[in-house]
Amino acid sequence: MSGRLSRRDFLAGAGTAGVALLLSPPRASAGAADPVLAGRPLVRYPEKTELILLTSRPPQLETPMKYFDRAITPNEAFFVRYHVFPIPTRVDLDEWRLRVGGHVDRPLELSMADLQTKFSPASITAVCQCAGNSRGRFSPRVLGGQWGDGAMGNAEWVGARLREVLQAAGLRPGAVDVTFNGLDAPAFPTVPDFVKSLAVGQVMDWPEVLIAYQMNGRPLPMLNGFPARLVVPGWYSTYWVKNLSEITVTDQPFEKFWMKPAYRIPDTPCGCVEPGTAPARTVPISRMRTRSVIASPESGSRVPVGASSTLAGVAFDGGYGIQTVEISDDGGQTWRATTLGPDLGRYSFREWSARWAPARRGPQTVMVRALNGIGESQGMTPLWNPSGYLRNVVERVDLEVG
Amino acid sequence: MARTLVFRLVALLASAPLAAEAGVVSITLPSDQGALKAGTGMEVTQRACQMCHSVDYITMQPRGGEAQWRGVVNKMIKVFGAPIGDEDARVIVEYLSREYGAGR
Ligand code: HEC
Repeated sequence: MSGRLSRRDFLAGAGTAGVALLLSPPRASAGAADPVLAGRPLVRYPEKTELILLTSRPPQLETPMKYFDRAITPNEAFFVRYHVFPIPTRVDLDEWRLRVGGHVDRPLELSMADLQTKFSPASITAVCQCAGNSRGRFSPRVLGGQWGDGAMGNAEWVGARLREVLQAAGLRPGAVDVTFNGLDAPAFPTVPDFVKSLAVGQVMDWPEVLIAYQMNGRPLPMLNGFPARLVVPGWYSTYWVKNLSEITVTDQPFEKFWMKPAYRIPDTPCGCVEPGTAPARTVPISRMRTRSVIASPESGSRVPVGASSTLAGVAFDGGYGIQTVEISDDGGQTWRATTLGPDLGRYSFREWSARWAPARRGPQTVMVRALNGIGESQGMTPLWNPSGYLRNVVERVDLEVG
Repeated sequence: MARTLVFRLVALLASAPLAAEAGVVSITLPSDQGALKAGTGMEVTQRACQMCHSVDYITMQPRGGEAQWRGVVNKMIKVFGAPIGDEDARVIVEYLSREYGAGR
């Protein structure tokens, strides 16, 4: 078994990442009441507040539900999802360049100053949600990152428009796909580098796709993609390549590992199959399904009987905007409208809130569902696919009244 | 602790809208605290299964029988090129099905 890298070798290769430094020992566990989160430590990673640990190498950190009572997710609470190790832990902006090449007339090497000054900055508020958010709740269960519901966040992103950068490079006739690569690169040679692609035709018609260098008015945290990441509004975050360093235009369809066979959904109208079965054909995952969550009160908490409590959370969809958010306290038989917060654009979280005054004591369940701009809503029965993607079933909190 | 002092300056500059930035940003990841359950085959599993990622990739998965874990180990070998021989693979599958098996 020559060629096997020992853990020490591989950590040594990762530079500072190998230095053992426990910033705060895992203390509390994330959510004892929630079987998916039970036993998972809360940890503090650089530039991050306490988040729920999913994996440490490469890091995957989940945002606690309490942050989804507001439209903007703070940078320090924003979830983290890497695929390969090592990940970048040091970036020198004097040396960092974004290379744009491949099937283009004028290959570019853009510094951060180039990116910020040669292209007019564009801004968009958009939800970044992992394709596998809530995978831990699938039944029958599926392998993969066992996320609760916190592999998502919403931020105001500022950056250069991808389309303008590609125009500056000059697409050659016959350009097919645009691929995106970041500074993360697997130490182990047979592990496929994390590279994603979008179709040329699509991105040239899509001015909202950004190469973002600002997140909520600040540089991106390293673990969220410093110094720049792709922002693909309305689409699952698998396309939002972090620590971006290379954009390559191809003259052939790009079908490497992370496009195929990874990150694919059944080629059926619902993206789902009969639970426990395999799809006949698959397509790459793309636009997000409509979702809504109740962040407050948290499931398992106690609310007073006969008095009015405030329920609050967020809703979002794949880019048509949220029209209504409704709640039900009778198992989904009747629904009533909630009050929506400010409209930050059709790709953003939309805050919702409602007053609720339960009349009887005992355990009660409150459900939430959203409707988007093209009439897509959420079902009462979960849809299933073997990779655990696209979850958008009606969510609920179980409360103790009295 | 998160970033160097240089970065704090960068951050200040950056709060002036779109100022060109310069400097070094660096972070240090906390150590990996993940561990596998004790049991026959644990050492082999630990050695073979944390070459590319931490063992919390294993411990977070749903409990499952031998078919599940054989599937996982085969995928690591065939898809990701994990250098694990037949005998080690057998020991690992046995360990995982026992310690992380259905009903555990
Ligand atoms: C050669 C590198 C490599 C080795 C060695 C390796 N893995 Fe993996 N493993 C990966 C990669 C790459 C992923 C996908 C990571 C991601 O998407 O976050 C993965 C993911 C997983 C997952 C999540 C489910 C999935 O299929 O994505 C499990 C479980 C897992 N590995 C178990 C193991 C076990 C058990 C071993 C030891 C027998 C092992 N791994 C050894 C590379 C490796």
